[in-house]
Amino acid sequence: MGGIDNHDSYSDAYLRRQLNSIKAVALVGASPNWNRPSYFVMKYLQEKGYRIYPVNPRAAGTEILGEKVYASLAEIPDNYDMVDIFRNSEVAGAITDEAIDLKDSKNIKLVWMQLTVRNDAAALRAEAAGLQVIMDRCPKIEFGRLNCELSWGGFNSKVITAKRRKVRIG
Amino acid sequence: MSPKPINDKSQNYGFETRMIHAGAQPEPITGARQTPIHQNTSYVFHDADHAASLFNLQTFGFIYSRLTNPTVAVLEERIANLEDGRGATCCASGHAAQILTFFAIMEPGDSFIASNRLYGGSITQFGKTFKKFDWQATFVDVDDPENVRNALTPNCKAIFVESLANPGGVVSDLESLSEIARDAGVPLIVDNTMATPYLCRPFEWGADLVVHSTTKFLSGNGTSVGGCVVDSGRFNWAQNDKFTGLAAPEPAYHGLNFYESFGDMAFTTHAHAVGLRDLGSTMAPMNAFHTLLGCETLALRMERHCENARKVAEFLESHPNVAWVSSAALPSSPYYELARKYMPKGAGAVFTFGVKGGYDVGIKVVDNCEIFSHLANIGDAKSLILHPASTTHRQLTEEQRIAAGAGPDVIRLSVGLETIDDITADLDQALRAASN
Ligand SMILES: Cc1ncc(COP(=O)(O)O)c(C=O)c1O
Repeated sequence: MGGIDNHDSYSDAYLRRQLNSIKAVALVGASPNWNRPSYFVMKYLQEKGYRIYPVNPRAAGTEILGEKVYASLAEIPDNYDMVDIFRNSEVAGAITDEAIDLKDSKNIKLVWMQLTVRNDAAALRAEAAGLQVIMDRCPKIEFGRLNCELSWGGFNSKVITAKRRKVRIG
Repeated sequence: MSPKPINDKSQNYGFETRMIHAGAQPEPITGARQTPIHQNTSYVFHDADHAASLFNLQTFGFIYSRLTNPTVAVLEERIANLEDGRGATCCASGHAAQILTFFAIMEPGDSFIASNRLYGGSITQFGKTFKKFDWQATFVDVDDPENVRNALTPNCKAIFVESLANPGGVVSDLESLSEIARDAGVPLIVDNTMATPYLCRPFEWGADLVVHSTTKFLSGNGTSVGGCVVDSGRFNWAQNDKFTGLAAPEPAYHGLNFYESFGDMAFTTHAHAVGLRDLGSTMAPMNAFHTLLGCETLALRMERHCENARKVAEFLESHPNVAWVSSAALPSSPYYELARKYMPKGAGAVFTFGVKGGYDVGIKVVDNCEIFSHLANIGDAKSLILHPASTTHRQLTEEQRIAAGAGPDVIRLSVGLETIDDITADLDQALRAASN
């Protein structure tokens, strides 16, 4: 499946497809501090069943939320589908290049840059290498938005449907 | 998990579709189509870790209905969607919404600028009660937006106006005011109660926050007192050091910085997690349910409200016992052009007129009405009539009353949805009887 035309907006279908197709996430810029946004995102995605590999050179060797922290993407021993970048837009370029280099050995499919992080040149390189790219979005917010949870807090999910959602009860 | 059916057109749906559907998907477990009334206080945690995540605001979910409730949340999303905002916080009344809003942005010693032509209750709340919090309201005539610029001070935290002012048929120049607010680095807060999002869309003109008394047209039948604050999500709370509650470590949340953690969701998160938690002015689920029913017919009702109100205004303008009519629906109004710009579908249902003979005749007109209900509310399917000087605006000084468009001869109408000829006939007989 090809990339998308522009990065100013993403369709709900595209975001849903990406969130449904990934299982493991390398989270670059993971903070051990409980009140940092990256910690919120890691905890939330873990609850939703994703395996998270935190990456942070300054915290390497310690644990965040029960997961060992790695100094770089290359050091993660397992495969992961997605690289989630919690660093500024400039640094995101170099991290994207690392992801491109590791794409085949780690089976990476998606580079996701967090809210306010956007690097169009890096996105072009990643897409040329066959990776999907999402920028200036938060996977926690998008997951919550598309699965009705954001609505619980009074937010405008922009989702309109008269379909009954399938839920697993138990 | 296979992909679910997707609808990507949701952002392009029309107003009428959104007034019925936004926020309200079929209840997934039972399939109930109408939003259930979750008459419930507290929500079961999956386990201790889930509880901790919820209390730390690390995950979405319900804890206790003082903060959030599933029925109220549907109404919040409905109104947020209709205003094209990021999120909304409903609360016990329109006045509660105003306190909740200022609570997030003000510190003791701070001030804000407000129009001197607001609903009388708001002038009293801002001018008197807010003083007890050491919040200072500076009232100015916003017809000349330069008055607002000249009133700015370093500790000014907001500018507050009504899109369409209660009661006088006054329209605020939102675009100019939002420019002044932007230059000053403070939010423009617009009370959109009288116009509703069907008639006026303050965020499109640069407003940052919208407040509502949902008591009025949104609920529409005079059943439920309620309020709401909607955040556009576009205000940068960290652009200066004015907004410490939102963009500095919050001591009531172990040093969490709401703007850093929640970005464009910061205001709405704060309004629930700190505002409603500590002020406690929660909307009851039953009231949210009634207000949701009102929202489902908002566009239809507003169209007819506006049409009836315009016809009544025209009728009164040529009535021998009427001295003047102040309705932005009339070409004779100084606000006619502003109304066409900011509320092209209609200038609302509430306006004032002056009776010949002043205070005494005014009171008699009210007493002689048969179909119009004499009461202190607006935005009901029923036509309502009131003499503001002796009721809603009673607590104001004479000078404030006149500035607010509530002088001694003034009668306020909220024109309802009855047969138009019956509405005008009732006013006609009441005016004639009162003047004899
Ligand atoms: C324009 C406007 N704003 C705010 C309010 C206050 O709302 P509530 O009565 O729901 O507290 C009113 C009520 O009359 C109003 O008309």
